[in-house]
Amino acid sequence: MLRSVNEEHGNVAIGKSLKEINADAPFDTGLEYGCPARGAWNIVHTGFLVPECHEVFVCAANCLRGVVLTAAEMGTIGQFSTVTIKENNVLDGDMEELLIDGVTSIIKKLKKKPRAVLVYTSCIHHFMALDLSHCYKTLRKRFPKIKFTDCYMNPIMRKSGMTPDELMRRQLYSLIDKTDKKDNGINILGNNYATDESSDLVRLIRESKYKLRDITYCKTFDEYEEMGKSKFNIAYLGVAKRGLYDISKKLEQEAIFLPISYEPDTIKELMKTLADKIGVDITKFDFKDKEALAKLEEAKKLIGDTAIAIDYTFTPAPLSLAKLLLDHGFNVKKIYIDSIGEKDILEELKNKYSDRDIMFYPTVNVAMRKNDREQSEKYLALGQKAAYFTDTNYFVNEVECGGHYGFDGIKKLAENMIEANAKEKDASTLIQKKGLGCNCLL
Amino acid sequence: MRQIQTFTSTYTADVSGVPSALYELGGMSIMHDASGCNSTYNTHDEPRWYGSKSMVFITGLSEMEAIMGDDQKLVNDIIKAAKELKPRFVAIAGTPIPMITGCDIEANARVIESETGIPAFGINTNGMHSYVEGAGEALLHYAKAFAKKNVSKKPKSVNILGATPIDFSVNGQIESLKKFLESNGIKVISNFALGCDIDEMANAGEATVNLVVSSVGIKVAEYLQNEFDTPYIVGVPYGDKMKQDLLNLIVGADAIRPHIVPKNVGASTASPLFLSDIGKSAKNEKIYIIGESVTSKSLAKYIYYKYGHVAKVISAVELGNTYHGDVVKDLKVRENVALEKFDLHIEDEDNIAEAIKDAKMVIADPLYKPIVPAKAVFVNHPHEGFSGRLFRKNIVNLVDELI
Repeated sequence: MLRSVNEEHGNVAIGKSLKEINADAPFDTGLEYGCPARGAWNIVHTGFLVPECHEVFVCAANCLRGVVLTAAEMGTIGQFSTVTIKENNVLDGDMEELLIDGVTSIIKKLKKKPRAVLVYTSCIHHFMALDLSHCYKTLRKRFPKIKFTDCYMNPIMRKSGMTPDELMRRQLYSLIDKTDKKDNGINILGNNYATDESSDLVRLIRESKYKLRDITYCKTFDEYEEMGKSKFNIAYLGVAKRGLYDISKKLEQEAIFLPISYEPDTIKELMKTLADKIGVDITKFDFKDKEALAKLEEAKKLIGDTAIAIDYTFTPAPLSLAKLLLDHGFNVKKIYIDSIGEKDILEELKNKYSDRDIMFYPTVNVAMRKNDREQSEKYLALGQKAAYFTDTNYFVNEVECGGHYGFDGIKKLAENMIEANAKEKDASTLIQKKGLGCNCLL
Repeated sequence: MRQIQTFTSTYTADVSGVPSALYELGGMSIMHDASGCNSTYNTHDEPRWYGSKSMVFITGLSEMEAIMGDDQKLVNDIIKAAKELKPRFVAIAGTPIPMITGCDIEANARVIESETGIPAFGINTNGMHSYVEGAGEALLHYAKAFAKKNVSKKPKSVNILGATPIDFSVNGQIESLKKFLESNGIKVISNFALGCDIDEMANAGEATVNLVVSSVGIKVAEYLQNEFDTPYIVGVPYGDKMKQDLLNLIVGADAIRPHIVPKNVGASTASPLFLSDIGKSAKNEKIYIIGESVTSKSLAKYIYYKYGHVAKVISAVELGNTYHGDVVKDLKVRENVALEKFDLHIEDEDNIAEAIKDAKMVIADPLYKPIVPAKAVFVNHPHEGFSGRLFRKNIVNLVDELI
């Protein structure tokens, strides 16, 4: 049963209560709307984590427009080129030739040759059954000193198979070669942000005298290639899980998936899993959990019953986050999410908080474009989309956890909530910038 | 090599041009696309997006729907949204994959119109042309659907055709133009379609003359000419002298001969405004303006009037007429729109670089700078259609600022 939202204003009923929401089919699908929160990284931003690389996108003009301006806005257009597909290429079937000759021409014109070239193909190539193997084989032969890898901008696949984002987080490491010379290294894979040094995860690794490697630390291509020496690979974002296992298999490294959670017991279990894998005694590790939970209590006292909204771009575990906050007395009222992966936690929420006024909303449903954003009370938003939809300037401006993890992540969350609740930000300026944390020329 | 951009950007595509042109008209524009077109459009091509309720959506086309040719989902989803949101009209724009799978966008639009009673039109964009094509077609479709047929002409009146933020940003240029015209006794019947009024647009046939301010407006100008015998003038009045030229022509509208002669108006003796006299005295002074043809040609005219220098225009996007092919050598086509024989229509970075290799001065969007010879003076002339929002703060209201 749908619940009416401000129907007196002509708004379309789209929200569902916690009691009503169904994890398997939370909302009707149909036409899609894109709200103007742009902080989440796209495949251009992520690709540029490979040091000393050049990106080449091969697509139709409309697809190129968004990516070339992403590069321009982050100040990397000098490492970015495009090859435009036109009707004649589709009709003549010369798309392999176009790709090979286009990339060749681009590389020849670059004064400083890149160490690696990321070639992004698109939906058209998928549908035209382009012989990509032939393309890359030819390019590698022409430029033996440059490494090439296949990247994909094929959003038509986002509802089947690996999504473009998942693919990107795998291909990001595809230029690393397997080596038998392993050291005591541990890689964190799949993140756009470096994990906080103070986080439980990084502290445990460093205190255990392992060498931590992360693409976000790499300044040179040589440093990036050294990730092949590590014994272990860790990922904690769901979108990086598939890449974690594929890359680990290819490089003969052990994969450890430690998904983000805000559940104290789960955090401890995850850290124990890591400790056991790398041969460390977890009982000697100081989680600093009391410190984190005390900060959360402090935040509750300061924030009180202020309404809280959460969106799925803020963290890959928005329901776990909601449960943590509800368990500590916060007034979580709105959750913006298009699909639900945390089914067990949803059931826990239903069992515990169904009597509360907690509403779920999609972010892409067309009604979200039409409905009023103005709220009758102050909202503290966790995430850019939540800030936009609740029309608030009180928000924590982060995406994808922002590199926070474990109890330290909870402490950072509490600190950020206190700060966001006390001081307004300029939401319309901040959330429209692409790739939060990247260089931005706007 | 053609079709590569090693150092520069790419123009707003046809599929974004459709919602841009129709943005303020109360309709629902749908890009038949998997994803990506929406964020590209509303991030880089649409400065009015934030906080607005204008209805621009994508269909979210999936691999399986494309393979199976499942147009019914497209139709059903649009009908559902249309019934919920009640737009004035529905416009559907195509992208590369629907083109490859042969999706009949126009037929689907007819089904939607039949099912909902809401005017609907399909626009055969495919993401492989510039905004000039998409926005031009969108305004044409809109005029066909909503311009009232039985109207009488009002003296000293104009429509402004081809105004979108892609060419004019949102810095008040079109308002300045409108204000200039009205302060000089010229009634602006309508504006297609930036800062516009949908009721006024229905009366577009009342105008005695149309003012085409970008190549986006060419198609709708041709339609209004054929439908209402309204001649059109091509150009944006930059500077006092061009403004006076424009007033003279509008006031003397009866004497105007459009450069494409209406069937019932008789022989043409005059050339379109702004363009012909430069051509007669053209000499290569190695000044180049790169951009959209009408606004660039207007700027060239201003430079000629103000400084006596002839600037050569390189139109890097389509010219706004119905010709889709390579027109670099096709003088006939060039004469039909804004450009002159010595101007160029080049869409490829390498060919533009070759054309300007001896330039003394280049006036273009800042993202062209990497291909401009080091010895040439480079004049920043930001264009949203090329660099999006990146230099928006630096886009000048040339209608007001140039005197």
